[in-house]
Amino acid sequence: MAKVLVVTSGKGGVGKTTSTAALGVALAKGGKNVVLVDFDVGLRNLDLVMGAERRVVYDLINVVQGDAKLAQALIRDKRIQTLSLLPASQTRDKDALTDEGVARVIAELKEKFDWIICDSPAGIERGATLAMRHADVAIVVTNPEVSSVRDSDRIIGLLDSKTEKAERGEHMDKHLLLTRYDAARAERGEMLKVEDVLEILSIPLLGIIPESEEVLRASNVGAPVTLSDTPSAPARAYLDAARRLNGEALEMTVPSDRKGLFGKLFGRRAA
Amino acid sequence: MNLISFFKRPNTSAPVARERLKLMLAHERAAFGASDVIALLQDEIVAVIAKHFPVEPEAIKIRMDRGDAISTLEVEVEIPTPLCVNISLNAPKPELKAVNSEADAPRLASSGPKPDSLGPALANAAKRERVDLHIEADG
Ligand SMILES: Nc1ncnc2c1ncn2[C@@H]1O[C@H](COP(=O)(O)OP(=O)(O)OP(=O)(O)O)[C@@H](O)[C@H]1O
Ligand SMILES: [Mg+2]
Repeated sequence: MAKVLVVTSGKGGVGKTTSTAALGVALAKGGKNVVLVDFDVGLRNLDLVMGAERRVVYDLINVVQGDAKLAQALIRDKRIQTLSLLPASQTRDKDALTDEGVARVIAELKEKFDWIICDSPAGIERGATLAMRHADVAIVVTNPEVSSVRDSDRIIGLLDSKTEKAERGEHMDKHLLLTRYDAARAERGEMLKVEDVLEILSIPLLGIIPESEEVLRASNVGAPVTLSDTPSAPARAYLDAARRLNGEALEMTVPSDRKGLFGKLFGRRAA
Repeated sequence: MNLISFFKRPNTSAPVARERLKLMLAHERAAFGASDVIALLQDEIVAVIAKHFPVEPEAIKIRMDRGDAISTLEVEVEIPTPLCVNISLNAPKPELKAVNSEADAPRLASSGPKPDSLGPALANAAKRERVDLHIEADG
């Protein structure tokens, strides 16, 4: 059965788009039919992160308004057959997304795909609530930092009240994805630890994505980290998170590419 | 600062962050967490006001500010000016002043537009009046 997943955060710039792309690739690599939907109208980025910016013809708003058929707007990934993208519009008219229109598009996507992953805009306004509206599962992307944790708490409140699922009185499945984590700094007490964030937000942990320059490199070239055949630390973290989304129980680790002193001396990669 | 304390100098700001967050969220959850209550309140207030004035649900904003000693619940209602009403709960005696739209609307000569077609036009042209309602309570 199709699952609608929203990737949300409240605070901006914490890694929603990065996570949407990386998890989408990971799930599609596992053989699932996946579509990534960019809800960040006016500030679309997902097409760039996916390396598909030159293939955008129609977008979500065109489909919502009935100016294009869904099939015309979907961009099939060239690297992974089972992955598609429904881009956002670059026009700034975010009011062009109507509740009914979005509901219709999501319903249509559910007939075609196993996973519908919605990349939410930042904030707690209409754009964010529209993106979460039809979700079955939510990923709350959080950085180990006070303002991000606070905003995540707000978003959790919205997920429990403003979604269709919540309104039907059902439990909204929420997962914490801790991104840009620096284990060494957390250990030194310079940064909130995983346990701190978990204790405060008290939703189950889906994964811990380490801070890594690989993420920027990936977005530079339009190839999410999980595409690589030799996965980096953040890629391994995202691959594990995707498996957990599929219901696998895996041990939680913080993958690292960092070379210890020994690794540095001998030029080897520490596990 | 001696050499040892320099090297041992901890930058353990994370525990501070953790405590601040816990405190702040305890407050915020009580306020928004009751966002269900706020949403309920919103619906009920809209229903009550709509009995007397044509208001849109969006014209009503509710905000809860939680302080240490005193918390405030702020209700802001926008009503078209011809139907202006003033409510102040802080006043010794709550006074409610409503302007009867029918009585105040200019009467028109029979050659003019029908009076009942004037209502919406007036309402649209009218600038919107804000009604603030403050309720203070011991926190
Ligand atoms: N694990 C990571 N390590 C290093 N940099 C990261 C990591 N995750 C994200 N970033 C960087 O953080 C920036 C913001 O990421 P991203 O665009 O995914 O966030 P977002 O939540 O979608 O932002 P917005 O709210 O603006 O949509 C990007 O420059 C990205 O490369
Ligand atoms: Mg984004």
